[in-house]
Amino acid sequence: MAAFEASFAGALLDAAAPIPAAVAAPDTQTAARRFAVHRNNVVAGLVNTLRCRFPATEKIVGAEFFAPMARCFVSEKPPRTPLLAAYGDEFPAFIATFAPARELPYLADVAKLEAARTRAYHAADAAPVSAGTFAALDANAVGALRIALHPSAEIVRSPHPIVTIWAMNSGERPLAAVEDWGGEDALVIRPHLDVEVRLLPPGGAAFLLALASGQPLAEAAEAALADHAGFDLAANLAGLIGWGAAGKVIPPAMQQTD
Amino acid sequence: MPVISNLPARAGVGFKPAHFSDVLAAPQPLGFFEVHAENYMGAGGPPHAQLGALRERYALSIHGVGLSIGSTEPLDREHLARLKALCARYEPESFSEHLAWSSHGGVYFNDLLPLPYTPQTLARVAEHIDEVQTVLGRTMLLENPSSYLRLAESVIPEVDFLAELARRTGCGLLLDVNNVFVSAKNNGTDPRSYLEGFPLDRVEEIHLGGHAREADDAGQTLLIDAHGSPVADEVWTLYADVVARTGPVATLIEWDNDVPDWPTLVAQAIAAEKILAGAARASAA
Repeated sequence: MAAFEASFAGALLDAAAPIPAAVAAPDTQTAARRFAVHRNNVVAGLVNTLRCRFPATEKIVGAEFFAPMARCFVSEKPPRTPLLAAYGDEFPAFIATFAPARELPYLADVAKLEAARTRAYHAADAAPVSAGTFAALDANAVGALRIALHPSAEIVRSPHPIVTIWAMNSGERPLAAVEDWGGEDALVIRPHLDVEVRLLPPGGAAFLLALASGQPLAEAAEAALADHAGFDLAANLAGLIGWGAAGKVIPPAMQQTD
Repeated sequence: MPVISNLPARAGVGFKPAHFSDVLAAPQPLGFFEVHAENYMGAGGPPHAQLGALRERYALSIHGVGLSIGSTEPLDREHLARLKALCARYEPESFSEHLAWSSHGGVYFNDLLPLPYTPQTLARVAEHIDEVQTVLGRTMLLENPSSYLRLAESVIPEVDFLAELARRTGCGLLLDVNNVFVSAKNNGTDPRSYLEGFPLDRVEEIHLGGHAREADDAGQTLLIDAHGSPVADEVWTLYADVVARTGPVATLIEWDNDVPDWPTLVAQAIAAEKILAGAARASAA
C-alpha cells in the first residue's frame, strides 16, 4: 500500500511519468485517461489557486503566459500544507527567476504586493490605534515611543511603479500609459475588513520598516530622512494614523507617558 | 442508531463568501450551512467574521478536505490541532472528512485521491479515525469518494469497507449520492446495487452536487465530480430512494465552482427539502 501511494503520488505532478501499475482500468488507454483526471485535478486546481491569488499578475501577462508559468511553479514548489491560503507565498520569488518573464522586471514586485494582500486578508484582527489616542500622548515624550505596526501591515518596496501598475490591473484605476516610471513603495493593510493598498510618500517605507523593527519614533524618523531627504514626519505620522497602520503604542519601560 | 451529528434533518448549502450579504439579508429556508475547514484556519479577517455571523444564526457543519485520513502515512498532527481549535471555536453540529488521501511525502495534492481497499488499509484508516475522534473529542462522519479508476490491490467492496470502519470506530457516514452515481458510471457498475449494500443506518448526512460529463478519447462517457452545476435528475431520483428508506437526513447542496446566484442555490435546497418532507410524511404514515 505504501508503494502504491508513492507511485501514485510520484506520477501526479510529472506528466511524463508512467501511469502507476496499480491502476487497473479495463484497458491501458482508459487507465491513462482516468489517471489524467487526478493529474488535472491536482495541477489545474493549484494553477487556479494561484490565478485567484494573483489576478493582476495574470492580467498583466495574459492567461496564455500565466498558466504555463504557474504550472512550472506548481511542479517545482507544490504545496507543503493543506492551508492553500498560504500557497504562492514563494511565487513572487519564482517569477523573479523565471527567464521568460525577464522582459517584465516589475512583474515579481506586483506579485509580491498581491501575495501581501492575501496575508493581510487572513491576518489577526486588531483595532488600529486611534487619532484620539495619539492626540493624548505627551508631545515631549513622543520621540521615545515605539509603535508596533498593525498585524496585517506589510511594506512592499519596488524600483518600479508597482502601486500604479497594480491599480491599473485590478480595476482600481483605468488602464493608461504610466507617465512617471519611478519606484513606488506600497503599504498593504487591513485595518478592519477591507484590504487596502496605499502608496507611501518618500521615506515612508523606511519609516514604517524602522518602526516595525522596534526602533523608537525619533530613530525611525532619522532612518527615514537618511533614506529620503524629502521625508515629512508630520505627514507620515498623520498617514500612519489615517491608514490604520499603527497597531500599538509602546511606551519606554521606565517612562511614564500619561 | 447512535446520534453522532446534531444537524437538523433538513436541507443546507455550502457557504460561499459571495453569498454572505444575501444570506444575512433575511432568514433563509435552510437547516444548516457547511464550510470547508481549511478555509477558516487563518488568524482573522473576513472569513472568521462571516463564519461567526453564520454560526450565530444557523446550525453548522465543518467539512475537512485536507486531513488525508486514507493515507498510509501518519496523520498531520499540526493539521489535526488546527481542526481541533476550529471545532472548539465554532462548536459545529457535525465534523466530517473523506475516505481518501491528499498528502504524501510532505506534499499536499489538493485532490481526494483513491486508496485500495484491503485488510491492511482498513486497519490503518480505522486507526486514523480513532485518532481524529480522540483528538477532537467528538465522533466524525466519513464520506464515500468519487472514483475514476479501479485499483488492482482492492479486495474489499467499498460499502463493506465503510460499514466495517463505522463498526470499528463508531464513526458515522456521510453519503454523497452524486459520488455514488459518478463512481458507478465511471466503473460500469449499478448505483442502485451500491446503495442497496450501503450501511444506511450509519448515514447522518447526505451530499448532493452536480457533476460534469466528458467523453474520453474512446468516446466513453466520463463523469467528473465537479460541483459546478445543478444536481442531475438521476441523482435526485437516487436521493429520493435513499431518504424513502432512511427517513429525513441532513442534506447538503454542494456548488463550489461557477458559483450561481443565491436564489438558484436556495432553489436546489428547497427541492431537497420537498423530498425530505415527503420522506417524513411516509415514515409518519
